[in-house]
Amino acid sequence: MSSSGYRRRSREGPVRNRTLWFWVFVGPFAAGLALFTYVPLLWSLYLSFFDAHNTVSPTHFVGLGNYTSMLSDGAFTSSLWTFAVFSLFIVPATYVLSLALALMVNRLRFAQSFFRSVFFLPAACSYVVASMIWKLSVFNGVRFGLANTVLGWFGADQTAWLSTTHPPWYWLVIVTLRLWLQAGFYMVLFLAGLQRIAPQLYEAAAVDGARPGWQVFRHITFPQLRATSVAVVLLLVINAFQAFDEFYNLLSDSRGYPPYARPPLVYLYYTALGQGQNLGLGSAGAVILALIIAVVTIVQARWFGLGRRED
Amino acid sequence: MPRGTGAPRRDDALVRAGRALRTVLLIALAALFLIPFYLLLRNGLSTEQDITSPAWTFFPAHLQWSNLRELFDDPAVPMARSLLNSTLIAVATTLGTVLLASLAGYGLARIPYRHANKVFYAILGTLMVPAAVTFVPSFVLVSTLGWISTLRGLIIPTLFSAFACFIFRQYFLGFPQELEDAAKVDGLGYWRTYWRIVVPNSAPVFAAVGTIVFIGAWNAFLWPLVIGQDKNAWTVQVALSTFTTGQVVNIHELFIAAAVSIVPLLVVFLLLQRHIVAGVERSGIDD
Repeated sequence: MSSSGYRRRSREGPVRNRTLWFWVFVGPFAAGLALFTYVPLLWSLYLSFFDAHNTVSPTHFVGLGNYTSMLSDGAFTSSLWTFAVFSLFIVPATYVLSLALALMVNRLRFAQSFFRSVFFLPAACSYVVASMIWKLSVFNGVRFGLANTVLGWFGADQTAWLSTTHPPWYWLVIVTLRLWLQAGFYMVLFLAGLQRIAPQLYEAAAVDGARPGWQVFRHITFPQLRATSVAVVLLLVINAFQAFDEFYNLLSDSRGYPPYARPPLVYLYYTALGQGQNLGLGSAGAVILALIIAVVTIVQARWFGLGRRED
Repeated sequence: MPRGTGAPRRDDALVRAGRALRTVLLIALAALFLIPFYLLLRNGLSTEQDITSPAWTFFPAHLQWSNLRELFDDPAVPMARSLLNSTLIAVATTLGTVLLASLAGYGLARIPYRHANKVFYAILGTLMVPAAVTFVPSFVLVSTLGWISTLRGLIIPTLFSAFACFIFRQYFLGFPQELEDAAKVDGLGYWRTYWRIVVPNSAPVFAAVGTIVFIGAWNAFLWPLVIGQDKNAWTVQVALSTFTTGQVVNIHELFIAAAVSIVPLLVVFLLLQRHIVAGVERSGIDD
Protein backbone atom coordinates (compact mmCIF):
# COMPACT_ATOMS: atom_id res chain seq x y z
CA MET A 1 0.00 0.00 0.00
CA SER A 2 1.52 3.29 -1.01
CA SER A 3 0.36 5.62 1.67
CA SER A 4 2.51 8.63 0.87
CA GLY A 5 0.27 10.14 -1.81
CA TYR A 6 -2.77 9.43 0.31
CA ARG A 7 -1.21 11.03 3.32
CA ARG A 8 -0.09 14.18 1.57
CA ARG A 9 -3.52 14.80 0.12
CA SER A 10 -5.34 14.33 3.40
CA ARG A 11 -2.87 16.28 5.49
CA GLU A 12 -2.88 19.42 3.41
CA GLY A 13 -6.57 19.79 2.74
CA PRO A 14 -8.10 23.09 1.64
CA VAL A 15 -6.22 26.10 3.03
CA ARG A 16 -9.34 27.86 4.29
CA ASN A 17 -10.31 24.83 6.24
CA ARG A 18 -6.93 24.71 7.95
CA THR A 19 -7.03 28.42 8.78
CA LEU A 20 -10.47 27.98 10.28
CA TRP A 21 -9.35 25.06 12.44
CA PHE A 22 -6.23 26.91 13.51
CA TRP A 23 -8.37 29.68 14.94
CA VAL A 24 -10.81 27.22 16.51
CA PHE A 25 -7.88 25.82 18.48
CA VAL A 26 -5.84 28.95 19.11
CA GLY A 27 -8.53 31.63 18.97
CA PRO A 28 -10.05 31.41 22.47
CA PHE A 29 -6.64 31.42 24.11
CA ALA A 30 -5.27 34.21 21.93
CA ALA A 31 -8.37 36.35 22.47
CA GLY A 32 -8.16 35.94 26.25
CA LEU A 33 -4.48 36.70 26.28
CA ALA A 34 -5.06 39.81 24.21
CA LEU A 35 -7.86 40.98 26.47
CA PHE A 36 -6.13 40.31 29.76
CA THR A 37 -2.52 41.11 28.87
CA TYR A 38 -2.30 43.37 25.81
CA VAL A 39 -5.33 45.50 26.63
CA PRO A 40 -4.14 46.19 30.22
CA LEU A 41 -0.68 47.02 28.91
CA LEU A 42 -2.02 49.56 26.43
CA TRP A 43 -4.49 50.90 28.96
CA SER A 44 -1.66 51.31 31.41
CA LEU A 45 0.32 53.26 28.84
CA TYR A 46 -2.72 55.48 28.22
CA LEU A 47 -3.49 56.04 31.90
CA SER A 48 0.12 56.91 32.62
CA PHE A 49 -0.27 60.18 30.71
CA PHE A 50 -3.31 61.27 32.70
CA ASP A 51 -4.10 62.46 36.15
CA ALA A 52 -6.20 59.55 37.40
CA HIS A 53 -7.02 59.77 41.08
CA ASN A 54 -9.78 57.35 42.09
CA THR A 55 -10.90 56.96 38.50
CA VAL A 56 -10.30 54.72 35.54
CA SER A 57 -11.72 57.11 32.92
CA PRO A 58 -9.46 60.14 33.29
CA THR A 59 -9.90 63.45 31.50
CA HIS A 60 -6.95 65.57 32.61
CA PHE A 61 -3.94 65.02 30.35
CA VAL A 62 -0.62 65.59 32.12
CA GLY A 63 1.83 64.40 29.47
CA LEU A 64 4.97 63.02 31.02
CA GLY A 65 4.07 64.54 34.38
CA ASN A 66 3.47 61.18 36.03
CA TYR A 67 6.79 59.90 34.78
CA THR A 68 8.78 62.88 36.02
CA SER A 69 7.09 62.87 39.40
CA MET A 70 7.60 59.10 39.68
CA LEU A 71 11.28 59.29 38.80
CA SER A 72 11.91 62.25 41.09
CA ASP A 73 10.02 60.54 43.92
CA GLY A 74 12.58 59.39 46.44
CA ALA A 75 10.32 56.55 47.58
CA PHE A 76 10.12 55.08 44.08
CA THR A 77 13.83 55.30 43.35
CA SER A 78 14.63 53.85 46.75
CA SER A 79 12.30 50.96 45.94
CA LEU A 80 14.44 50.30 42.87
CA TRP A 81 17.50 50.28 45.11
CA THR A 82 15.74 47.87 47.42
CA PHE A 83 15.23 45.57 44.48
CA ALA A 84 18.87 45.91 43.42
CA VAL A 85 20.12 45.06 46.91
CA PHE A 86 17.62 42.22 47.22
CA SER A 87 18.66 40.62 43.92
CA LEU A 88 22.31 41.10 44.86
CA PHE A 89 21.66 38.84 47.85
CA ILE A 90 19.09 36.40 46.51
CA VAL A 91 20.38 35.64 43.01
CA PRO A 92 23.88 34.39 43.94
CA ALA A 93 22.64 32.72 47.14
CA THR A 94 19.91 30.74 45.37
CA TYR A 95 22.21 29.91 42.48
CA VAL A 96 24.94 28.50 44.73
CA LEU A 97 22.59 26.65 47.08
CA SER A 98 20.48 25.05 44.35
CA LEU A 99 23.54 24.02 42.34
CA ALA A 100 25.19 22.56 45.45
CA LEU A 101 22.02 20.66 46.34
CA ALA A 102 21.75 19.30 42.80
CA LEU A 103 25.38 18.17 42.77
CA MET A 104 25.03 16.42 46.12
CA VAL A 105 21.65 14.82 45.38
CA ASN A 106 22.73 13.75 41.89
CA ARG A 107 25.58 11.64 43.24
CA LEU A 108 23.55 9.89 45.92
CA ARG A 109 23.28 6.15 45.46
CA PHE A 110 20.43 5.75 47.93
CA ALA A 111 17.48 7.81 49.11
CA GLN A 112 17.90 10.13 46.14
CA SER A 113 14.19 10.68 45.66
CA PHE A 114 13.75 11.24 49.40
CA PHE A 115 16.25 14.09 49.49
CA ARG A 116 14.94 15.53 46.25
CA SER A 117 11.42 15.56 47.70
CA VAL A 118 12.55 17.20 50.94
CA PHE A 119 14.29 20.04 49.14
CA PHE A 120 11.45 20.44 46.64
CA LEU A 121 8.72 20.30 49.30
CA PRO A 122 8.81 24.03 50.22
CA ALA A 123 7.67 24.76 46.65
CA ALA A 124 4.26 23.55 47.86
CA CYS A 125 4.24 26.22 50.55
CA SER A 126 2.89 29.69 49.79
CA TYR A 127 4.83 32.86 50.52
CA VAL A 128 2.05 33.84 52.89
CA VAL A 129 2.40 30.69 54.99
CA ALA A 130 6.20 30.83 54.89
CA SER A 131 6.12 34.50 55.92
CA MET A 132 3.97 33.57 58.87
CA ILE A 133 6.36 30.88 60.02
CA TRP A 134 9.36 33.18 59.58
CA LYS A 135 7.74 36.21 61.20
CA LEU A 136 5.95 34.58 64.08
CA SER A 137 8.04 31.53 64.81
CA VAL A 138 11.60 31.51 63.47
CA PHE A 139 12.55 35.17 63.55
CA ASN A 140 10.20 36.49 66.14
CA GLY A 141 11.99 39.35 67.77
CA VAL A 142 10.51 39.56 71.18
CA ARG A 143 10.07 36.42 73.13
CA PHE A 144 9.55 33.14 71.44
CA GLY A 145 11.45 32.92 68.17
CA LEU A 146 13.55 29.90 67.27
CA ALA A 147 16.46 32.06 66.10
CA ASN A 148 16.61 34.02 69.35
CA THR A 149 16.22 30.82 71.38
CA VAL A 150 19.15 29.17 69.59
CA LEU A 151 21.25 32.32 69.86
CA GLY A 152 20.30 32.50 73.53
CA TRP A 153 21.99 29.13 74.13
CA PHE A 154 25.23 30.85 73.11
CA GLY A 155 24.54 33.82 75.30
CA ALA A 156 23.69 36.20 72.47
CA ASP A 157 21.33 39.12 72.92
CA GLN A 158 17.78 39.04 71.61
CA THR A 159 17.40 40.64 68.22
CA ALA A 160 14.31 42.34 66.81
CA TRP A 161 14.88 40.82 63.38
CA LEU A 162 12.28 42.67 61.35
CA SER A 163 12.54 46.12 62.88
CA THR A 164 16.28 46.49 63.34
CA THR A 165 17.53 48.68 60.52
CA HIS A 166 21.15 49.15 61.70
CA PRO A 167 22.38 46.58 60.86
CA PRO A 168 19.54 45.60 58.52
CA TRP A 169 18.72 42.22 59.98
CA TYR A 170 15.43 42.10 58.05
CA TRP A 171 17.43 41.16 54.97
CA LEU A 172 18.40 37.90 56.64
CA VAL A 173 14.73 37.11 57.23
CA ILE A 174 13.65 38.03 53.70
CA VAL A 175 16.51 36.27 51.93
CA THR A 176 16.37 33.02 53.90
CA LEU A 177 12.63 32.80 53.34
CA ARG A 178 12.90 33.03 49.56
CA LEU A 179 15.93 30.77 49.58
CA TRP A 180 13.97 28.10 51.43
CA LEU A 181 10.96 28.42 49.13
CA GLN A 182 12.67 28.37 45.76
CA ALA A 183 16.03 26.56 46.06
CA GLY A 184 14.36 23.17 45.48
CA PHE A 185 12.75 24.28 42.24
CA TYR A 186 16.05 25.46 40.78
CA MET A 187 17.72 22.32 42.11
CA VAL A 188 15.38 20.31 39.87
CA LEU A 189 16.40 22.40 36.87
CA PHE A 190 20.05 21.74 37.65
CA LEU A 191 19.37 18.01 38.16
CA ALA A 192 17.81 17.92 34.70
CA GLY A 193 20.88 19.68 33.31
CA LEU A 194 23.24 17.28 35.06
CA GLN A 195 21.44 14.29 33.62
CA ARG A 196 21.96 15.58 30.11
CA ILE A 197 25.74 15.62 30.42
CA ALA A 198 27.20 12.74 28.39
CA PRO A 199 28.98 10.18 30.63
CA GLN A 200 31.70 9.88 27.98
CA LEU A 201 32.92 13.34 28.95
CA TYR A 202 33.61 12.15 32.49
CA GLU A 203 35.27 8.99 31.22
CA ALA A 204 37.49 11.05 28.94
CA ALA A 205 38.37 13.35 31.83
CA ALA A 206 39.29 10.35 33.99
CA VAL A 207 41.51 9.00 31.20
CA ASP A 208 43.19 12.38 30.95
CA GLY A 209 43.94 12.15 34.66
CA ALA A 210 41.60 14.85 35.92
CA ARG A 211 41.09 14.48 39.66
CA PRO A 212 37.48 13.82 40.56
CA GLY A 213 36.00 16.69 42.50
CA TRP A 214 36.97 20.27 41.85
CA GLN A 215 38.89 19.70 38.59
CA VAL A 216 36.11 17.71 36.96
CA PHE A 217 33.52 20.21 38.16
CA ARG A 218 35.56 23.15 36.90
CA HIS A 219 36.34 21.74 33.46
CA ILE A 220 33.42 19.43 32.66
CA THR A 221 30.32 19.86 34.81
CA PHE A 222 30.19 23.64 35.14
CA PRO A 223 30.77 24.44 31.44
CA GLN A 224 28.24 21.79 30.45
CA LEU A 225 25.64 23.41 32.69
CA ARG A 226 26.00 26.72 30.89
CA ALA A 227 22.55 26.76 29.28
CA THR A 228 20.87 25.76 32.53
CA SER A 229 22.83 28.39 34.45
CA VAL A 230 21.78 31.14 32.08
CA ALA A 231 18.11 30.17 32.37
CA VAL A 232 18.35 29.94 36.16
CA VAL A 233 19.96 33.37 36.55
CA LEU A 234 17.46 34.94 34.18
CA LEU A 235 14.51 33.42 36.05
CA LEU A 236 15.98 34.44 39.40
CA VAL A 237 16.37 38.07 38.36
CA ILE A 238 12.88 38.26 36.83
CA ASN A 239 11.37 36.67 39.94
CA ALA A 240 13.29 39.01 42.21
CA PHE A 241 11.82 41.98 40.33
CA GLN A 242 8.37 40.65 41.08
CA ALA A 243 8.97 40.14 44.79
CA PHE A 244 5.86 41.16 46.61
CA ASP A 245 4.32 38.46 48.79
CA GLU A 246 7.02 38.02 51.41
CA PHE A 247 7.84 41.73 51.72
CA TYR A 248 4.18 42.57 52.14
CA ASN A 249 3.53 39.82 54.66
CA LEU A 250 6.73 40.15 56.67
CA LEU A 251 6.96 43.89 57.01
CA SER A 252 3.54 45.49 56.87
CA ASP A 253 1.38 45.37 59.94
CA SER A 254 -1.69 47.11 61.29
CA ARG A 255 0.33 50.35 61.51
CA GLY A 256 1.25 50.31 57.81
CA TYR A 257 4.41 49.62 55.88
CA PRO A 258 7.85 50.78 57.03
CA PRO A 259 9.78 52.95 54.55
CA TYR A 260 12.77 50.60 54.44
CA ALA A 261 12.84 47.40 52.38
CA ARG A 262 10.04 48.38 50.05
CA PRO A 263 10.50 46.83 46.58
CA PRO A 264 8.88 48.37 43.47
CA LEU A 265 5.76 46.20 43.43
CA VAL A 266 4.97 46.92 47.05
CA TYR A 267 5.41 50.61 46.38
CA LEU A 268 3.16 50.45 43.29
CA TYR A 269 0.55 48.50 45.21
CA TYR A 270 0.30 51.19 47.85
CA THR A 271 0.43 54.03 45.31
CA ALA A 272 -2.20 52.70 42.93
CA LEU A 273 -4.53 50.79 45.22
CA GLY A 274 -3.75 52.02 48.71
CA GLN A 275 -4.90 55.29 50.28
CA GLY A 276 -3.85 57.40 47.30
CA GLN A 277 -5.72 55.40 44.62
CA ASN A 278 -3.51 57.18 42.12
CA LEU A 279 -3.91 54.95 39.10
CA GLY A 280 -2.18 57.33 36.67
CA LEU A 281 0.93 57.50 38.80
CA GLY A 282 0.80 53.76 39.45
CA SER A 283 0.52 53.07 35.74
CA ALA A 284 3.53 55.25 35.03
CA GLY A 285 5.45 53.28 37.64
CA ALA A 286 4.32 50.01 36.07
CA VAL A 287 5.46 51.17 32.63
CA ILE A 288 8.86 52.24 34.01
CA LEU A 289 9.20 48.91 35.79
CA ALA A 290 8.22 46.95 32.68
CA LEU A 291 10.81 48.88 30.64
CA ILE A 292 13.52 48.22 33.22
CA ILE A 293 12.67 44.51 33.30
CA ALA A 294 12.67 44.33 29.50
CA VAL A 295 16.06 46.05 29.27
CA VAL A 296 17.59 43.91 32.01
CA THR A 297 16.24 40.75 30.40
CA ILE A 298 17.47 41.64 26.91
CA VAL A 299 20.89 42.77 28.12
CA GLN A 300 21.26 39.61 30.16
CA ALA A 301 20.08 37.36 27.34
CA ARG A 302 22.56 39.01 24.95
CA TRP A 303 25.32 38.93 27.49
CA PHE A 304 24.96 35.26 28.29
CA GLY A 305 23.92 34.29 24.78
CA LEU A 306 20.57 32.80 25.75
CA GLY A 307 19.42 30.09 23.39
CA ARG A 308 22.94 29.50 22.13
CA ARG A 309 23.82 25.85 22.42
CA GLU A 310 26.89 24.77 24.35
CA ASP A 311 29.87 24.24 22.08
CA MET B 1 24.60 -2.11 46.25
CA PRO B 2 25.58 -2.16 42.55
CA ARG B 3 29.07 -0.99 41.63
CA GLY B 4 29.59 -0.05 45.25
CA THR B 5 33.35 -0.12 45.10
CA GLY B 6 33.65 2.24 42.13
CA ALA B 7 36.92 2.84 40.36
CA PRO B 8 39.86 1.58 42.42
CA ARG B 9 41.69 4.89 42.19
CA ARG B 10 38.96 6.70 44.07
CA ASP B 11 38.35 4.16 46.75
CA ASP B 12 40.73 5.58 49.30
CA ALA B 13 40.15 6.95 52.77
CA LEU B 14 39.94 10.54 51.56
CA VAL B 15 37.13 9.85 49.13
CA ARG B 16 35.22 7.85 51.73
CA ALA B 17 35.60 10.73 54.19
CA GLY B 18 34.35 13.13 51.53
CA ARG B 19 31.34 10.95 50.86
CA ALA B 20 30.54 10.73 54.57
CA LEU B 21 30.88 14.50 54.91
CA ARG B 22 28.52 14.99 52.00
CA THR B 23 25.95 12.67 53.55
CA VAL B 24 26.14 14.45 56.90
CA LEU B 25 25.79 17.82 55.15
CA LEU B 26 22.77 16.59 53.18
CA ILE B 27 21.06 15.27 56.30
CA ALA B 28 21.70 18.54 58.13
CA LEU B 29 20.32 20.56 55.21
CA ALA B 30 17.30 18.28 54.94
CA ALA B 31 16.62 18.84 58.65
CA LEU B 32 16.88 22.61 58.15
CA PHE B 33 14.46 22.42 55.22
CA LEU B 34 11.95 20.42 57.28
CA ILE B 35 12.07 22.54 60.45
CA PRO B 36 9.65 25.21 59.17
CA PHE B 37 7.06 22.51 58.42
CA TYR B 38 7.58 21.14 61.92
CA LEU B 39 7.14 24.59 63.46
CA LEU B 40 3.90 25.06 61.54
CA LEU B 41 2.52 21.82 62.91
CA ARG B 42 3.94 22.35 66.39
CA ASN B 43 2.44 25.81 66.77
CA GLY B 44 -0.82 24.79 65.16
CA LEU B 45 -1.32 22.10 67.78
CA SER B 46 -0.06 24.05 70.79
CA THR B 47 -1.79 26.27 73.27
CA GLU B 48 -1.19 29.97 72.92
CA GLN B 49 0.98 29.86 76.07
CA ASP B 50 3.16 27.14 74.57
CA ILE B 51 3.79 29.22 71.46
CA THR B 52 4.48 32.55 73.11
CA SER B 53 6.24 31.37 76.25
CA PRO B 54 9.66 33.00 76.82
CA ALA B 55 10.87 29.55 77.88
CA TRP B 56 10.37 28.19 74.38
CA THR B 57 10.82 24.47 73.89
CA PHE B 58 11.18 22.47 70.73
CA PHE B 59 8.40 20.06 71.74
CA PRO B 60 5.22 21.61 73.11
CA ALA B 61 4.06 20.59 76.60
CA HIS B 62 0.92 19.02 75.19
CA LEU B 63 -0.89 18.79 71.88
CA GLN B 64 -4.15 20.62 71.59
CA TRP B 65 -6.22 19.12 68.79
CA SER B 66 -9.21 21.28 69.70
CA ASN B 67 -7.48 24.17 67.88
CA LEU B 68 -8.84 22.72 64.68
CA ARG B 69 -12.45 22.84 65.84
CA GLU B 70 -11.94 26.30 67.32
CA LEU B 71 -10.67 27.57 63.96
CA PHE B 72 -13.76 26.52 62.05
CA ASP B 73 -16.09 27.67 64.85
CA ASP B 74 -14.60 31.17 65.08
CA PRO B 75 -17.12 33.57 63.48
CA ALA B 76 -14.45 36.27 63.06
CA VAL B 77 -12.44 34.10 60.66
CA PRO B 78 -14.04 33.18 57.32
CA MET B 79 -11.95 30.01 57.19
CA ALA B 80 -14.46 27.60 55.62
CA ARG B 81 -15.53 30.21 53.11
CA SER B 82 -12.00 31.11 52.04
CA LEU B 83 -11.02 27.45 51.74
CA LEU B 84 -14.05 26.92 49.52
CA ASN B 85 -13.13 29.96 47.42
CA SER B 86 -9.55 28.75 47.05
CA THR B 87 -10.72 25.29 46.04
CA LEU B 88 -13.15 26.62 43.44
CA ILE B 89 -10.58 29.01 42.06
CA ALA B 90 -7.74 26.49 41.94
CA VAL B 91 -9.86 23.76 40.32
CA ALA B 92 -11.48 26.08 37.78
CA THR B 93 -8.16 27.75 36.95
CA THR B 94 -6.47 24.40 36.48
CA LEU B 95 -9.17 22.93 34.23
CA GLY B 96 -9.57 26.13 32.23
CA THR B 97 -5.87 26.72 31.77
CA VAL B 98 -5.15 23.15 30.74
CA LEU B 99 -8.03 23.15 28.24
CA LEU B 100 -7.29 26.53 26.64
CA ALA B 101 -3.52 26.21 26.64
CA SER B 102 -3.47 22.64 25.30
CA LEU B 103 -5.83 23.49 22.44
CA ALA B 104 -3.75 26.52 21.54
CA GLY B 105 -0.50 24.58 21.90
CA TYR B 106 -1.83 21.86 19.61
CA GLY B 107 -3.02 24.35 17.00
CA LEU B 108 0.32 26.12 17.01
CA ALA B 109 2.29 22.89 16.77
CA ARG B 110 0.21 20.94 14.30
CA ILE B 111 -2.15 23.00 12.15
CA PRO B 112 -0.27 24.61 9.26
CA TYR B 113 -1.29 28.25 9.00
CA ARG B 114 0.56 31.04 7.28
CA HIS B 115 0.80 33.35 10.30
CA ALA B 116 1.19 30.66 12.95
CA ASN B 117 4.69 31.85 13.85
CA LYS B 118 3.59 35.45 14.30
CA VAL B 119 0.80 34.31 16.61
CA PHE B 120 3.27 32.17 18.52
CA TYR B 121 5.67 35.07 19.03
CA ALA B 122 2.83 37.34 20.13
CA ILE B 123 1.98 34.74 22.78
CA LEU B 124 5.59 34.16 23.75
CA GLY B 125 6.16 37.89 24.05
CA THR B 126 3.79 38.07 26.99
CA LEU B 127 6.15 35.83 28.94
CA MET B 128 8.53 38.78 28.92
CA VAL B 129 5.85 40.92 30.53
CA PRO B 130 5.79 39.85 34.16
CA ALA B 131 2.17 39.33 35.14
CA ALA B 132 2.77 41.29 38.33
CA VAL B 133 3.67 44.44 36.43
CA THR B 134 0.26 44.50 34.74
CA PHE B 135 -1.67 44.24 37.98
CA VAL B 136 -2.55 47.93 38.08
CA PRO B 137 -4.08 48.08 34.56
CA SER B 138 -5.58 44.60 34.98
CA PHE B 139 -7.25 45.82 38.15
CA VAL B 140 -8.60 48.77 36.19
CA LEU B 141 -9.92 46.45 33.47
CA VAL B 142 -11.54 44.05 35.92
CA SER B 143 -13.14 46.86 37.86
CA THR B 144 -14.48 48.32 34.61
CA LEU B 145 -16.06 44.94 33.89
CA GLY B 146 -17.58 45.04 37.37
CA TRP B 147 -15.79 41.85 38.41
CA ILE B 148 -14.22 43.06 41.66
CA SER B 149 -14.82 40.61 44.52
CA THR B 150 -16.35 38.00 42.21
CA LEU B 151 -15.12 34.52 41.42
CA ARG B 152 -15.22 35.50 37.73
CA GLY B 153 -12.74 38.29 38.40
CA LEU B 154 -10.52 35.95 40.37
CA ILE B 155 -10.55 33.14 37.80
CA ILE B 156 -11.03 34.33 34.22
CA PRO B 157 -8.10 36.80 33.90
CA THR B 158 -5.68 34.12 35.14
CA LEU B 159 -6.74 31.47 32.61
CA PHE B 160 -4.49 32.54 29.75
CA SER B 161 -1.08 31.26 30.70
CA ALA B 162 1.49 31.74 27.95
CA PHE B 163 3.82 29.49 29.91
CA ALA B 164 1.37 26.55 29.83
CA CYS B 165 0.68 27.14 26.13
CA PHE B 166 4.42 27.12 25.44
CA ILE B 167 4.92 23.81 27.26
CA PHE B 168 2.03 22.18 25.41
CA ARG B 169 3.31 23.42 22.05
CA GLN B 170 6.78 22.05 22.70
CA TYR B 171 5.29 18.75 23.80
CA PHE B 172 2.97 18.41 20.79
CA LEU B 173 5.84 19.19 18.42
CA GLY B 174 7.43 15.99 19.69
CA PHE B 175 4.23 13.95 19.64
CA PRO B 176 4.58 10.96 17.24
CA GLN B 177 3.17 12.09 13.91
CA GLU B 178 2.44 8.48 12.87
CA LEU B 179 -0.41 8.19 15.37
CA GLU B 180 -2.10 11.27 13.99
CA ASP B 181 -1.54 10.21 10.40
CA ALA B 182 -3.29 6.93 11.12
CA ALA B 183 -6.22 8.90 12.51
CA LYS B 184 -6.32 11.08 9.40
CA VAL B 185 -6.31 8.02 7.17
CA ASP B 186 -9.34 6.90 9.14
CA GLY B 187 -11.00 10.17 8.19
CA LEU B 188 -10.73 12.01 11.51
CA GLY B 189 -10.44 15.80 11.34
CA TYR B 190 -8.26 17.95 13.60
CA TRP B 191 -10.91 18.17 16.28
CA ARG B 192 -11.58 14.46 16.64
CA THR B 193 -7.91 13.55 16.18
CA TYR B 194 -7.12 15.85 19.08
CA TRP B 195 -9.73 14.43 21.44
CA ARG B 196 -9.54 10.74 20.50
CA ILE B 197 -5.85 10.27 19.74
CA VAL B 198 -3.73 13.09 21.13
CA VAL B 199 -5.32 13.77 24.53
CA PRO B 200 -5.60 10.12 25.65
CA ASN B 201 -1.92 9.60 24.78
CA SER B 202 -0.65 12.70 26.57
CA ALA B 203 -1.63 12.09 30.19
CA PRO B 204 1.81 12.90 31.71
CA VAL B 205 2.07 16.39 30.25
CA PHE B 206 -1.50 17.20 31.27
CA ALA B 207 -0.77 15.98 34.81
CA ALA B 208 2.46 17.98 35.01
CA VAL B 209 1.01 21.25 33.74
CA GLY B 210 -2.14 20.70 35.77
CA THR B 211 -0.30 20.30 39.05
CA ILE B 212 2.00 23.26 38.39
CA VAL B 213 -1.02 25.45 37.59
CA PHE B 214 -2.94 24.13 40.62
CA ILE B 215 -0.07 24.93 42.99
CA GLY B 216 0.32 28.38 41.45
CA ALA B 217 -3.40 29.10 41.71
CA TRP B 218 -3.66 27.87 45.30
CA ASN B 219 -0.66 29.92 46.40
CA ALA B 220 -1.43 33.06 44.40
CA PHE B 221 -1.50 36.15 46.56
CA LEU B 222 -1.21 39.50 44.78
CA TRP B 223 -4.16 39.06 42.39
CA PRO B 224 -6.58 37.69 45.01
CA LEU B 225 -5.46 40.47 47.36
CA VAL B 226 -6.21 43.11 44.73
CA ILE B 227 -9.49 41.63 43.46
CA GLY B 228 -10.90 39.94 46.55
CA GLN B 229 -11.73 43.09 48.47
CA ASP B 230 -14.91 41.74 49.97
CA LYS B 231 -14.50 39.28 52.82
CA ASN B 232 -16.69 36.76 51.01
CA ALA B 233 -14.24 36.69 48.09
CA TRP B 234 -11.12 36.08 50.17
CA THR B 235 -8.93 33.17 49.26
CA VAL B 236 -7.22 31.27 52.03
CA GLN B 237 -3.94 33.12 51.36
CA VAL B 238 -5.62 36.51 51.69
CA ALA B 239 -7.41 35.39 54.85
CA LEU B 240 -4.11 34.25 56.38
CA SER B 241 -2.40 37.44 55.34
CA THR B 242 -4.97 39.64 57.03
CA PHE B 243 -3.99 37.91 60.27
CA THR B 244 -0.25 38.50 59.88
CA THR B 245 -0.55 42.10 58.83
CA GLY B 246 -3.21 42.96 61.38
CA GLN B 247 -3.30 42.51 65.12
CA VAL B 248 -2.70 38.88 65.93
CA VAL B 249 -5.17 37.79 68.53
CA ASN B 250 -5.16 34.02 68.47
CA ILE B 251 -1.75 32.93 67.32
CA HIS B 252 -2.49 29.21 67.65
CA GLU B 253 -5.55 29.65 65.46
CA LEU B 254 -3.45 31.39 62.86
CA PHE B 255 -0.96 28.54 62.77
CA ILE B 256 -3.57 25.80 62.55
CA ALA B 257 -5.21 27.78 59.74
CA ALA B 258 -1.89 27.92 57.88
CA ALA B 259 -1.33 24.20 58.46
CA VAL B 260 -4.81 23.42 57.12
CA SER B 261 -4.14 25.63 54.10
CA ILE B 262 -1.18 23.57 52.93
CA VAL B 263 -2.85 20.16 53.33
CA PRO B 264 -4.51 20.12 49.88
CA LEU B 265 -1.21 21.00 48.25
CA LEU B 266 0.76 18.44 50.19
CA VAL B 267 -1.69 15.77 49.05
CA VAL B 268 -1.51 16.86 45.41
CA PHE B 269 2.22 17.22 45.76
CA LEU B 270 2.95 13.83 47.26
CA LEU B 271 0.63 12.05 44.83
CA LEU B 272 1.95 13.75 41.73
CA GLN B 273 5.47 14.73 42.73
CA ARG B 274 7.09 12.66 40.02
CA HIS B 275 4.98 14.32 37.35
CA ILE B 276 5.84 17.78 38.63
CA VAL B 277 9.54 17.06 38.62
CA ALA B 278 9.32 15.39 35.22
CA GLY B 279 7.24 18.29 33.95
CA VAL B 280 9.78 20.83 35.15
CA GLU B 281 12.60 18.78 33.72
CA ARG B 282 10.86 18.32 30.39
CA SER B 283 9.51 21.83 30.11
CA GLY B 284 12.39 22.76 27.83
CA ILE B 285 12.96 25.76 30.06
CA ASP B 286 16.73 25.45 29.75
CA ASP B 287 16.98 24.28 26.16
